[in-house]
Amino acid sequence: MRRQAVLFGSFALVVLVAWEGVKFLGGVPWRFPNALGLGIDVFHDPPFRWAFANDLNLPHWFNILGVLGQPVQRGSDESLGTFLAGAAFYTWREAAIGFVVGALLGLVLATLFVHSRLAERAFVPYVVASQTIPIVALAPMIVYAFGPSVASVVIIATYLTFFPVTIAMIRGLRSPDPRALELMRSYASSAWDVYRKVRLPASLPYLFTALKIAATASIVGAIIGEGPGGIPDGLGRAIINFNQSYITSPEKLWGAILVSSLLGISFFAIIRLLESLTLRGRAAVPEL
Amino acid sequence: MSAAAARPAASGSIAMSRWLRRIRWYLPAVLVFVGTIALWELVVQNIDLRGLPLPAPSEIAGALSDSWGAGRWPIGKAAAATLFEALGGLAIGTFAGVVVAGLTARFVTARELLLPLAIGASAVPIIAFAPLMNNWFGVLNPLSKMMIVAVLVFFPVVVNVTRGLTSVEPAALELMRSYAASDWSILWQVRVPNALPYFFTALKVGSTLALIGAIVGEYFGGSSDVLGRVIVQSASALRFDVTWAAIVVGAVSGIVSYLAIAAVERIVIPWHASQRAGEP
Amino acid sequence: MRQSAGRASPTTPDTVVRIAGVDKTFARDGVVVTTALSGIDLSISRGEFVSLIGPSGCGKSTLLRVIGDLVAPSAGSVEVNGKPAAQARRDRDYGMVFQAPVLFDWRSVEDNVKLPLELMGYDGPRRTARAKEMLDLVELGEFLKHHPYQLSGGMQQRVAIARALSFEPAILLMDEPFGALDEMTRERMNQEVLRIWEATGTTIVFVTHSIPEAVFLSSRVVVMSARPGRITDVIDIDLDRPRGVATREEPRYFQLVTAVREALRRGGMGDELAERMEDGSGASIDRTAAEGGIG
Repeated sequence: MRRQAVLFGSFALVVLVAWEGVKFLGGVPWRFPNALGLGIDVFHDPPFRWAFANDLNLPHWFNILGVLGQPVQRGSDESLGTFLAGAAFYTWREAAIGFVVGALLGLVLATLFVHSRLAERAFVPYVVASQTIPIVALAPMIVYAFGPSVASVVIIATYLTFFPVTIAMIRGLRSPDPRALELMRSYASSAWDVYRKVRLPASLPYLFTALKIAATASIVGAIIGEGPGGIPDGLGRAIINFNQSYITSPEKLWGAILVSSLLGISFFAIIRLLESLTLRGRAAVPEL
Repeated sequence: MSAAAARPAASGSIAMSRWLRRIRWYLPAVLVFVGTIALWELVVQNIDLRGLPLPAPSEIAGALSDSWGAGRWPIGKAAAATLFEALGGLAIGTFAGVVVAGLTARFVTARELLLPLAIGASAVPIIAFAPLMNNWFGVLNPLSKMMIVAVLVFFPVVVNVTRGLTSVEPAALELMRSYAASDWSILWQVRVPNALPYFFTALKVGSTLALIGAIVGEYFGGSSDVLGRVIVQSASALRFDVTWAAIVVGAVSGIVSYLAIAAVERIVIPWHASQRAGEP
Repeated sequence: MRQSAGRASPTTPDTVVRIAGVDKTFARDGVVVTTALSGIDLSISRGEFVSLIGPSGCGKSTLLRVIGDLVAPSAGSVEVNGKPAAQARRDRDYGMVFQAPVLFDWRSVEDNVKLPLELMGYDGPRRTARAKEMLDLVELGEFLKHHPYQLSGGMQQRVAIARALSFEPAILLMDEPFGALDEMTRERMNQEVLRIWEATGTTIVFVTHSIPEAVFLSSRVVVMSARPGRITDVIDIDLDRPRGVATREEPRYFQLVTAVREALRRGGMGDELAERMEDGSGASIDRTAAEGGIG
């Protein structure tokens, strides 16, 4: 865990250095009349002018961080950072509800499929095919059916969560050694006992691998769903709004995307933490 | 597994019974499909469902044939444009992913640094970057959609292909070493063939991601004759028959690209265990 | 009966392998955590069939890998055909057979046998001829076009042997090649290996932990013990050749099996004493040994 943190930290550093390096070579001239409050006038004229490195396409990252401290809009006393943090929490709540519902749904479906080959053959192809339907396509109709509300957004997040959990749990619940099942049979155990004592514990590594994927997927679902859902308080709407004002202040969109990424990573990290607490050194299953 | 068991069945009756078994295997899924469509049609014809965006299957089929090439929402043209974005992005992302995987597999330190990052990238909601791609590459340029698809596809390809190139049996490497084989022979004789199944797994995952990514990219703006816009606009005009027709076309495109990749996989790696398992 | 450990036979022009004073230690963070091999001296003559036998962790597989230049010794020298082991490897003097067949699924049986021939620059017709000849030798001539997954475990291992012999290596190194097979198949494979050995005259170094297998096959059995891995005994097997089913019923065969077993037990006693002196940290050493690739 600590190694990973160091790794991500140094990676972020490399990205920031490369970012400013590109701007140093091909951005627009910099001028800081009073650098670091020292009264020194810093001016730099990059030797090239690359379109992708200008301040519209690639703002200075310190400006992106800086804009987080400024008001959301003129005259507002709420800073962009506070606003985005609030929006992130709002979106996370929607995603988390969808995540829990979707995970439970996936667990129930997988349990059904594992106990009935017929149900598996009849329905699993459609569970798989459901993922070829882009969620943005379903979102407007879900919103039409359930109204522009948090419920619609939760349903969308659920839809993106249940699939990885279902597929992974079918594999996980089937993963016990056949001899372990024979052993249970020799004890004349009930199906419920076999499920509780053998199948479910054996499936935990698979479950967490799926939950890590589902964590991000539920955030994606919530962000996408907020647009047609007409939810004004979350990150999805913030991205759409700041996208429209990109020409005047690109830093705001970058800020919203930065916060979305941090939200995804945080949710992932929470599940990752739960995983290491639950599995306690049992080997994790690689994804896919 | 004995050698005899693997010999192809020569007699016609065995081939026949294999077909029967296959039909019986897929029958439940087919019945569910037919049953759902029939029930749906029946319910919509007899019960007033105006509160729900569920037109009858026959209406959806009608909308599909009416607006395939004409009208306000030409679905056929839109599907072609979206498929172009998806496949273009899939190609770019796969190419970049294979190149990076090839480089990282070669250098242990590069791999140890990059692989956790590539896995960690799956924690980032990449579609949030779609508006940026629109701003970078031009909202009307199909390249902006291709790039978001490429980024989505890139990471699974890197992770899988790197795994495939490196998860070689240690004894196979010892064997090659005992032949004093060059690194180049080891790469081409051992690592690349070993990575092929992983590559196809990533490509199949990528094919579904590609279509979803393209449609999400369109959702954040762009030219109007694409599936994403057709879906959003027809839904807001409450023409759900057109919406569903577009969704069906999108889903079928996704399934067809998946199956096409699976078919190529069957031809390229018939020797892999995944190609023998799961058959009825 | 007990001979001086690590007796090196005098070097003759017929010496294929000459190991002198070889140590192998595995270190972690610069600290030696395991001594896999200690003070190994051994000479093997042309045409010999030498088995290395010992308990898990005695370093017999490591010794085989040191001979084949797959693992570098920490001290001492290994010469094969009068050259350093690394040079011998570059000269393609080694045929390797592992416990797993290590066949490539994407190649047919024939193409698997051809792999080393391709790497060594044999031309097409010669590759085809050699592959056919070798597969006939292991009695799999009918299975040229099959893929490995269509063969049983014993058949796969025979393909691996055909592949190892295909380029006529000076020495065949076999690392528990039949360890994963059932007893009946193993006995059949033993017979097969003897037949091939007699037909080709190859020098074979054979790692096993089966006493009957070692006695039945070998001209010499090298007994090793663990912690540190060292040679405790070398037993000449003077059973008549050709050996067959009847050999396994001869009184002399049973005497030799008993002799090897007792040699192993003596090595094991020493092992336990050594462990006690290392204040009982045996288990953790075992684990590091496994990670280091011994055994």
